[in-house]
Amino acid sequence: MRETGVCIGVDGMIKKRDVAIISAATTRCGEQWDKGIKDLAWEAGVKAVEEAGISGKDIEYLVVGNMSGGMFVGQEHIGALVADFLGLNPIPSLRVEGACASGGIAFFQGYLAVASGLYDIVAVGGVEKMTDVEQEQATTALSGAMDFEWEAYFGATFPGIYALMARRYMHEYGLKRESLAKVAVKNHYHGSMNPLAHFRNRITVEEALNAPMVADPLGKYDCCPISDGAALVILAPLEIAKKYTDTPIIVKSSVMASDTLSLLRRRDICTLDATVNAAEKAFKLAHLERSQVDVIEVHDCFTIAEILAIEDLGFVKKGEGWKLYEEGETYVGGRLPVNTDGGLKASGHPVGATGVKQIVELVKQLRGEAEKGRQVDNAEVGLAHNVGGSGATAVVTILSRG
Amino acid sequence: MAPPAHWRRAKERYRLLGSKCENCGSIYFPPTKVCPKCRRKGKMVQTEFSGRGKVFSYTIIHAAPKTFEKYTPYILALVELEEGPKVLSQLVDCRPEEVKIGMEVEACFRKLFEQDDEGIISYGFKFRPIDDSWRNKQSQN
Repeated sequence: MRETGVCIGVDGMIKKRDVAIISAATTRCGEQWDKGIKDLAWEAGVKAVEEAGISGKDIEYLVVGNMSGGMFVGQEHIGALVADFLGLNPIPSLRVEGACASGGIAFFQGYLAVASGLYDIVAVGGVEKMTDVEQEQATTALSGAMDFEWEAYFGATFPGIYALMARRYMHEYGLKRESLAKVAVKNHYHGSMNPLAHFRNRITVEEALNAPMVADPLGKYDCCPISDGAALVILAPLEIAKKYTDTPIIVKSSVMASDTLSLLRRRDICTLDATVNAAEKAFKLAHLERSQVDVIEVHDCFTIAEILAIEDLGFVKKGEGWKLYEEGETYVGGRLPVNTDGGLKASGHPVGATGVKQIVELVKQLRGEAEKGRQVDNAEVGLAHNVGGSGATAVVTILSRG
Repeated sequence: MAPPAHWRRAKERYRLLGSKCENCGSIYFPPTKVCPKCRRKGKMVQTEFSGRGKVFSYTIIHAAPKTFEKYTPYILALVELEEGPKVLSQLVDCRPEEVKIGMEVEACFRKLFEQDDEGIISYGFKFRPIDDSWRNKQSQN
């Protein structure tokens, strides 16, 4: 903690500082049999530190998103583990958990630490090693994001919960499975151009529709994969960010909201109120309109989730999100490019890392460094949206080019 | 899971019990200890549901954890009870192709799962179509 970093205003109140991202990196996502949780965290960390051209000694605080090290690799105490393996001892290092939103929450926490003036250089990481256990145990770990006593205990699966939302949405708004398939087709298309993506194959609507059912109406291609991966970004106050990079990315806002743990008590199962609330506040704090956003990374753990996300974030009216997929408007080059890295569906979903990985993709887009074919022209403002469980947690972060 | 984890909620699971706030009259499921509307002013008591309701949404589970594998494909229904709250459980005595949103259902007492060959057998509510209304609609079609 540095006293010099605290900004005391004329009224004696602590003032919020502008925060920038000075570097951002991810590992490849997918089944990485040769890498354990330490290797993944190390790889993302070293990439980010080298990119920023800083010394590990400059980092004052580390926050790591990790959903379930205990269930996936029998390892807790992830905060200490990552600090140790990045050679950052004795700085404070914290692991945060909010199911699939763990990474987004880590970013939110790191942002608060810098914005408040308590720390200058803060590293925000996310890591998940999911393929060291059988699929049965991995899905059990993931189902912990639901209300265990009143959902999982009665035979609900995680895809099943989203299938309930999808079925109701179909009933209310006329969505067909073909439109859901188009979400996956688009994400695989974007993923095919991302060298770090879990899946780089393109798929067709027919393939998606003919794949085995998981939880009707959701089939195999409506569901994101189980991936290993890690991501890390480094934050600094905007005033000193230029020391480290010519292209700092400004954090305009980062907001988290919560909702009922189970789907049962939601006001409307076709709306994630946590997303709505986080987005409203995020846009207000950023002083930006939806129309000013060039690229978005949303939480598409299932295809239906991506449609709900673009509606709940306020980009399109409730019940009409799926029409954008019919018109191809969510591709790079379209009116609202969504998940330019392939999203959770194709680029992968290493749960605790996902929220940070989304930020890394936006940094790439806003710096104009994404691969050919998936770079949004002249992207200036990006939004990331990370969800925990069926919507009990949501984090919305808005970034802009410096 | 150790036995207490099953016993602890047995009463609510066997009789389909929720919570009612005596201050504002709101009814909740899953059972809860605080009324988010009244907070400290609220007074929560247990309330028993009639068990009758309508299918609000449903899914057919094809990929299930081991405990539920032998039931696949099974219908998982989100039921809106006539008192208002929503409840989730399997819909039984009904074929997957017969379930519809709006279908009238009632709670029934069933085995939920067996933990393993020698483990605890868990019981609780499931739902089934209400015979008369459902069969009549079927014959009309």
